[in-house]
Amino acid sequence: MTLPTPLAVAFFTALIFIIMAVVSPLLASRQASLIRIAFFFSVVACIMGLYAGFSVVLSGQAETLTLPIGLPDLPFYLRLDALSGFFFTITSLLGLFVSVYSFGYVKGLLDRRPVTSFVVFYNLFMAGMLLVLMADDAYFFMISWELMTVSSFFLVCFEDESLEARRAAFIYLLIAHVGAMTILLAFGILAGFAAGFESFRGFTFEAMRTASIPRSWASIAFVLAFFGFAAKAGVIPMHVWLPEAHPAAPSNVSALMSGVMLKVAIYGIVRLAFDIFPITAWWWGGLVLCLGLVSAVMGILYALMQVDLKRLLAYSSVENVGIIMISLGLAMLFKFHNLNLLAALALTASLYHCLNHALFKGLLFMGAGAILHSTHERNMERMGGLIHRMPQTALVFLAGCLAVSALPPFNGFVSEWLAFQAFLQSSVLPGQVLKLLSPLGAALLALAAAMSARCFVKVYGVVFLGRWRGQGQCQAQETGLAMRAGMWLAAGACLALGVFPTLVIGWMDTVTNELTGAGLKASAQAYGWLWLTPVSAARASYSGPLVFAVIAVVILAAYLVFHSRKGVVRRSAVWDCGYPGLTNRMQYNSTSFAMPLRRIFGSLLIIKETVRPCDVTRPAAFQERFTYEVKVLDRVWYIFYKPLTQAVFWIARHATRLQNGRIQIYLMYSLITLIVLLVFS
Amino acid sequence: MRIVYSLIIEAAQIAVVLAVAPAFVGWVRMLKCRAQGRASAGILQPYRDLRRLFYKDVVLAGNASWIFRSAPYVAFGATVLAGAIIPVISTDLPLGLTADVIALVAVFAIARFFTALAGMDIGTAFGGMGSSREMMVASLAEPAMLMSVFTISLVAGSTTLSEMVRVITSGQFVFRPSMALALMAFVLIGIAETGRIPVDNPATHLELTMIHEAMVLEYSGRHLALIEWAGMIKLFLFASLGVALFVPWGIGGPHEVFMVPVAVVSLAIKLGIVGVCLVLVETRLAKMRIFQVPEFLGVAFILATLGMLSFFMLE
Repeated sequence: MTLPTPLAVAFFTALIFIIMAVVSPLLASRQASLIRIAFFFSVVACIMGLYAGFSVVLSGQAETLTLPIGLPDLPFYLRLDALSGFFFTITSLLGLFVSVYSFGYVKGLLDRRPVTSFVVFYNLFMAGMLLVLMADDAYFFMISWELMTVSSFFLVCFEDESLEARRAAFIYLLIAHVGAMTILLAFGILAGFAAGFESFRGFTFEAMRTASIPRSWASIAFVLAFFGFAAKAGVIPMHVWLPEAHPAAPSNVSALMSGVMLKVAIYGIVRLAFDIFPITAWWWGGLVLCLGLVSAVMGILYALMQVDLKRLLAYSSVENVGIIMISLGLAMLFKFHNLNLLAALALTASLYHCLNHALFKGLLFMGAGAILHSTHERNMERMGGLIHRMPQTALVFLAGCLAVSALPPFNGFVSEWLAFQAFLQSSVLPGQVLKLLSPLGAALLALAAAMSARCFVKVYGVVFLGRWRGQGQCQAQETGLAMRAGMWLAAGACLALGVFPTLVIGWMDTVTNELTGAGLKASAQAYGWLWLTPVSAARASYSGPLVFAVIAVVILAAYLVFHSRKGVVRRSAVWDCGYPGLTNRMQYNSTSFAMPLRRIFGSLLIIKETVRPCDVTRPAAFQERFTYEVKVLDRVWYIFYKPLTQAVFWIARHATRLQNGRIQIYLMYSLITLIVLLVFS
Repeated sequence: MRIVYSLIIEAAQIAVVLAVAPAFVGWVRMLKCRAQGRASAGILQPYRDLRRLFYKDVVLAGNASWIFRSAPYVAFGATVLAGAIIPVISTDLPLGLTADVIALVAVFAIARFFTALAGMDIGTAFGGMGSSREMMVASLAEPAMLMSVFTISLVAGSTTLSEMVRVITSGQFVFRPSMALALMAFVLIGIAETGRIPVDNPATHLELTMIHEAMVLEYSGRHLALIEWAGMIKLFLFASLGVALFVPWGIGGPHEVFMVPVAVVSLAIKLGIVGVCLVLVETRLAKMRIFQVPEFLGVAFILATLGMLSFFMLE
């Protein structure tokens, strides 16, 4: 008996999702069984996808397949190589956890409305993402890309009774389509040079790889495609849809969008820059690096200012995409200068962070969903003390916070550590601009990493610790088994990826080998699975298992020693400085926790603070109560988008003059057009 | 035989870190009393403090969660791990390869992360204020610290501490502008990270001046003992890290048995001098306002970045 090839398994994975999308409406009358059946098949498909992705990365063998469907003479080309296999693994892995979680979560949505449309678009969304990764021609790529975009649009506006969700979905669709258009233009340029503009033969990636493209056109194509993918990935300044769409979408969709869909966009950049055409100018890498740095720092600054938990997580995704872009930009710079081993190092950092971010952000969004599910609250100012009510969610959410804050032994640390290692090697890059850029880049990356720890101390402290800040008694309950299981799996994966990085890097070796011609496996595993030595042991080393073990041993020893004397543990009231009557409103909250940073980095943000006296009859000096309001607005919106929308409206207003409602004028337009066409044809 | 020797050295170093850290704090306090014309309680007072706290009962706030109870242990564990990594008396540390200097910064961050969470756990304004301020200081000090150590690791061509010490001690002493800038930055960061004047005052219990103390205000008994001890070790380790990075001469290399006593003596001398400098800074300067701290750390950050830049541009 022979096992089916990974590509066949991958194809069937996507097929299961499509079939489920088609079949789901038939089960619409029985919602509970619809959820059970749909997500059961989703779990099965994800396990199949995991197998396909994992095995193709392990073997490094690319496979191709041509499907004779689609338009005549335009078949679909499918290909699964190490790079797409890697992203396939990410998608299936997080898809698996989120599908398990969805058993419980989607049942909660059922209280408000039927979920048939949700299930349909969820399946289409998964299928779209997987097909993008398998596509080997521009035509199929764009179809899958649109499938992914449009189905996620319907998921974002699932709760379409709220104006907020509709608005968010509209902004998302708009930006996604501007992006898709530039990607299409880039493919057009590439296909044109591959086989001439009259022929259809150039649309396969295979033809594009062999095309000879003039440098200037290559640069134009790269910039167009980069902006298209960056708009989807949420790189500043194209990030504005993210903080709107994530809070509006159901939490399992947010987890998938943030965890996987952003990575699919990054896959597009990697595929283009490392595979389809050679990097022909150093500034490509510089551009990616600079936008990554801006995204990382501004993303986390905005995240710190948020009071809406899911909005905060969305901005944190902007930061993490920035970190991925930083390493990617470095990898492109190294590749351009033919420093293949260093390019492999930076690329490994970038891809590893893709994997890590998918898992921990998926976990955090699932956690946010669990909180939303049991408190019906997204505003952190009305949470607190949930660790007592939801102990397991609190524990796994802590794992997510530690991972996103890049603390060992969790996974976020490993990829940031690799990124720093890549930065420290960048002194070999020639050119004064790059020599200036790399220290500044390392500085900003360090700043972003440190701020991220601060941000997630805030999140955890305000949401889970302290006392309940909301109205009345806290009614929150621990979430159901399925939701907890999804989160536990993700948390376990975060820890495993942090403790055994050497094995993961050995597994990923084929990806960097395929793209840069060099791999880290030999040097990274030179000292066995225990030590991660990306370049050489003298250069740098890290041992996740030992960090974990030593801290655990010391904690155990300290516990045993300090508990040798059976002390009494007494519970008493909180010390109130001698002023009785502490209320829960007197705790530090999200806004006050972020206050020092508002003050330090205030000039980078738009902050609107208002203090209004409650009692207008009294003079201002004798007020007892005040209303304090602070709003932090995204400056990018006012710099880029406000002028743009105003310009569009201005043009629209002036264009309406053409339409004055008189048929004679319209006939004259036709006549003029006809004459012009006749003259110039 | 080799590995046994290494393990003995590792154990000896951890013992030194655990045992000597309170003495170093005692030394600083004693000098400070002298400098301010007060009678001192002697160099051994921190040991007595720890012992007293260890024997006291624990009083927990009513709504303290397991985070509050486990944070002292995690902070202590992370700090001891840092003590096993930094070459204090010898570079021949089996655990030295566990974490390089980047991971070391992150290990200190683990301790801080949990202490800050513990500060938020009780739900008083004090704890939250302490956590918020501590994380503010940390989020600015940590990148500066990374930049400072990066400069040295660029010079040494490695981020592993033992290797950095080896490279710097093996060659001729060369004055490098990048190292000088990194040293200046490191001193400023060290003061901020260990909560000394002018950034924070370890001796105060006035709410408006506290950062670290506000965060751990609710602790008592053995929990407080662990936190205090971890704090002492952290001060000791920052001093030793500075010594190891900038004046590493005297630290024993691999298999140099005879160097161990020399290393201990030279460490004592160097730390004695560091203590004097620290006391001079603490008695000469007043504590600054909290919102001047970002400027202070901004200077450190820029100095460290300039150090790295000068390495990239000049060397």
